[in-house]
Amino acid sequence: MLDYITSYLSSNTTPGQAGNVFWALVYIMIVFGGVSVAVMAMNWLERKALAHFQIRLGPMRVGPHGLLQPIADAIKLLTKEDIVPAEADKFVFWIAPLIILCASFTVYIVIPFGPTHAITDLNIGILFMLGVSSLSVLGVVMAGWASNSHYPLIGALRSSAQMVSYEVAMGMAVVSAILMTSLNKTGTGTLSMIGIVQAQQSQQMWFLFKFFPLGFIAFGIFAIAMVAETNRAPFDLPEAESELTAGFHTEYSGLRWSLFMLGEYAAMIAVSSIAVTLWVGGWMRPFPNWLAGETWDLVFSLIPGFLFLGLALIAFIGVVRMPKHPYFRIQTIGLAGFGAVLALIGLVLFVPPVRDRIQDIFWFVAKVAVFMYLYIWYRATFPRYRFDQLMRVGWKVLLPVGIGVLILTAIMGVLV
Amino acid sequence: MGDQITKDPASFISHLELDQPDKTFLDSNELIINMGPQHPATHGVLRVILKLDGEKVLGTECVIGYLHRGVEKIAEHRTYTMFNPYVDRMDYVAAVSNGLGYCEAVEKLLNVQAPPRANYIRVILTELNRLASHQLWLGTHALDIGAMTPLFYTFRDREEILKIFEKYCGARLTTHAFRIGGCLYETYDGFEQDVKKFIDFAPPKIDEYEELLTTNRIWLERTKGVGKISASDCIALGVTGPVLRASGVKWDLRKAQPYAAYSEFDFEIPIGTSGDTYDRYLVRMEEMRQSLRIIRQAVERIPEGPIMAKVPKVIKPPVGEIYHSIEAPKGELGYFIVSDGSTQPYRIRVRPPSFVNLQALDLMVRGQLVADVIAVIGTLDIVLGEVDR
Amino acid sequence: MPEDAKSPTPPGGQPHAAVPAKPAGPAPIPWDSPTVARLKSQYGSGVQEAVTYLGQNYFVLDASITAEALRILCDEEQFDYCVDITATHNPSREKQFELIWILYSFARNERIRVKTNIADGDSFPSSVSIWPTANWLEREVFDMFGIKFDGHPDMKRILLPDGWKGHPLRKDYGIIQQDQEWVQINLGIESGQ
Repeated sequence: MLDYITSYLSSNTTPGQAGNVFWALVYIMIVFGGVSVAVMAMNWLERKALAHFQIRLGPMRVGPHGLLQPIADAIKLLTKEDIVPAEADKFVFWIAPLIILCASFTVYIVIPFGPTHAITDLNIGILFMLGVSSLSVLGVVMAGWASNSHYPLIGALRSSAQMVSYEVAMGMAVVSAILMTSLNKTGTGTLSMIGIVQAQQSQQMWFLFKFFPLGFIAFGIFAIAMVAETNRAPFDLPEAESELTAGFHTEYSGLRWSLFMLGEYAAMIAVSSIAVTLWVGGWMRPFPNWLAGETWDLVFSLIPGFLFLGLALIAFIGVVRMPKHPYFRIQTIGLAGFGAVLALIGLVLFVPPVRDRIQDIFWFVAKVAVFMYLYIWYRATFPRYRFDQLMRVGWKVLLPVGIGVLILTAIMGVLV
Repeated sequence: MGDQITKDPASFISHLELDQPDKTFLDSNELIINMGPQHPATHGVLRVILKLDGEKVLGTECVIGYLHRGVEKIAEHRTYTMFNPYVDRMDYVAAVSNGLGYCEAVEKLLNVQAPPRANYIRVILTELNRLASHQLWLGTHALDIGAMTPLFYTFRDREEILKIFEKYCGARLTTHAFRIGGCLYETYDGFEQDVKKFIDFAPPKIDEYEELLTTNRIWLERTKGVGKISASDCIALGVTGPVLRASGVKWDLRKAQPYAAYSEFDFEIPIGTSGDTYDRYLVRMEEMRQSLRIIRQAVERIPEGPIMAKVPKVIKPPVGEIYHSIEAPKGELGYFIVSDGSTQPYRIRVRPPSFVNLQALDLMVRGQLVADVIAVIGTLDIVLGEVDR
Repeated sequence: MPEDAKSPTPPGGQPHAAVPAKPAGPAPIPWDSPTVARLKSQYGSGVQEAVTYLGQNYFVLDASITAEALRILCDEEQFDYCVDITATHNPSREKQFELIWILYSFARNERIRVKTNIADGDSFPSSVSIWPTANWLEREVFDMFGIKFDGHPDMKRILLPDGWKGHPLRKDYGIIQQDQEWVQINLGIESGQ
């Protein structure tokens, strides 16, 4: 038994490939927990960042600077009355959010946080991801149908039409990136997620910059399509409040609604991970070849620690600026404690063994975090597309451009 | 919507056949949807019944009256001075304009002229209010179309105007700023400085709004070609204000029939060409800048002098009637006052611009998609307090 | 009161010099213009008055010719913009309601009023075929006064609820009066007051 556990530690493959169920389960727990924490952090960040874009403050009361707001929201949603429409199809109504959630979370088993830091590495990884994430369309349609009311039904049909259309454009962009993985000596590419990042490593260029501007355009198509895929602004007509059809999750309340939101954020993180893996170099640190060598490795490996120390510094500045009033004592102490935890994590990240292992995960998560911020930025800035314009963009703009990029990439690949 | 208007009244109404209980949702292609009085995007309690064919709008019917307070009936039981505060509450967004129209109408009836200083103060406050009203319009219109951020920017900048109003007359929204015969309050110490500071503060903010929206691809797609109305249709339907100007008719009551010192200022009237939502947006943005221009000229040359004309304490206009209209931010706001010689008006009729502009909704959205209905309601800039009175 | 022309004689003293009489206020003066002349020549005595008061011109026309006259004003005299249609109720007159059209001409930058008097219970031809804006304006006149317009495509109440009884702007409708029956049926309360 103990051998079973320790034998994995000396291997350098993912638990799935090593066939080690115990460690696979451990990794699943870690990823699941990590994604849940990320979703809560994303909730907080969205409210705060959106508020700051709109020159207001956002949550400030529940915990220092609103840090406990996601927990309060979770408790509120858990304790809300669970309203099921009278004529609704109860089984479908119950299962729809679960399907979306499962589809969104299943995708995480192939996401590569590092060369061996993934739950498993299917050799059809990217295909698996695209396929399973499409299953959420089924959940959306089921949610709209089960609500037994024509507004959610129309909203669900629109949502599903939008998601399906943009998957085609996404597919084209993804195929362009896969093509680029085959530009090596043997001429064989790979669909495995870890393999794609290793291809970028061996070709010494992020696919973003490959055959400039082709890689960039493919990335752009994917970036737009992934926003539409997850029903986020500016493609959020199906779920906007000021439009007539109120969206597929109108009739859901409390916990069921929070499952939709969880699924949405998880899907956002998942598609951002695909984008990061395919184009932005996955877990690689910036400039692995241009700034190569031991010293540069050391410099870049200190960045996580400094980042967390920087965040701790911001927290302590916040502590200093808190109002000096007895009512704020708890918040001040809380924020100071939070800052202390961040500083502690930063210090731990300086310790060499931790430092080396955390590198890949850190860079991957940092890149995904940039995408998350972009999602919030889009929401604050852009008006909404009307539904017919949305479909037009998906079919008449992104798809032809995607096909063009694909053909050009293939030609360049042959020529070069 | 061609340029030839049809005088056939039926073409301006779509009969919605609401009383057909046998038709269910799945039977016919046409769907009747109710955008109820409570809706985030109807700018007040407005009910719009839409007849749709899939996404296309075949016809609309507006049901109004949810905010009807009987202001005209109340007027018959109040004296002229007592009615002044009621006037602000009709178009509550641009209360100063309402007050200006009413006071000027009664002054005409009494055949008195407000002194020049009062006229300048009136112009400055009215143009500030026009700017505030357009800022509110921009914020809410952008919010309906999906851009959340301009709302907060415009409301923050509007605060500066409301602060000036508060310092001047004590109220931010329903200002009751003017009296019959002039202004009651002298400008406070620092009024000119505040207004000048605002004139310098505002243009970069307007540029900020334009930066967010004017060349934004998505904004252009949502507003270009949406809600087109031709100039002849506008005139036939009695539509006035920025809607008329965006359709190409260069007509503004401040220039055509000047009132309250407007003839002394140099400003332009922006007009559009195609009468769609984007042109209305551009016209209103330019009107904001022209308002700043008027305020700058006015605040530099406010004359000294009395602020109130010699008006009797009890206002008893001679028997007669008068119609006076001004260019409110929403269109032509008119007051038709019939006096029977007593201290209470015999009849006051308010000609509300939003009421008449809302009639054009049906024509503007026919053939467009459902999402455009909301954009068009926003672009007409209606205030239900004025529509219903 | 400031309107008093003469000041009172102080007790035991000489009377003050007489304060000059207050100048006469504005009076309606007859209005002459090509438009008036044209209508007078067409309708003769149908044009009861053509007056200017305080610089604003108005006609008072006979009810029978008003519909035609409005059409002439719109089509031929270029009064293409109907600013407002409203009414006044005067129970002391024989013809109780006075309908008023306020018209404006863009070409001439001129605004006139057309007035006519009708009796209680009479209806009037609708101007919707002349100016489509008359649609809602006439509906409001009907709602507030009870004057029906013939030929209007949609003659029903606009501001008040559909089943309301009574027409509020009439002088015999009390200011706090409400249709209690409607309130009880539709709101389920005893009284709206």
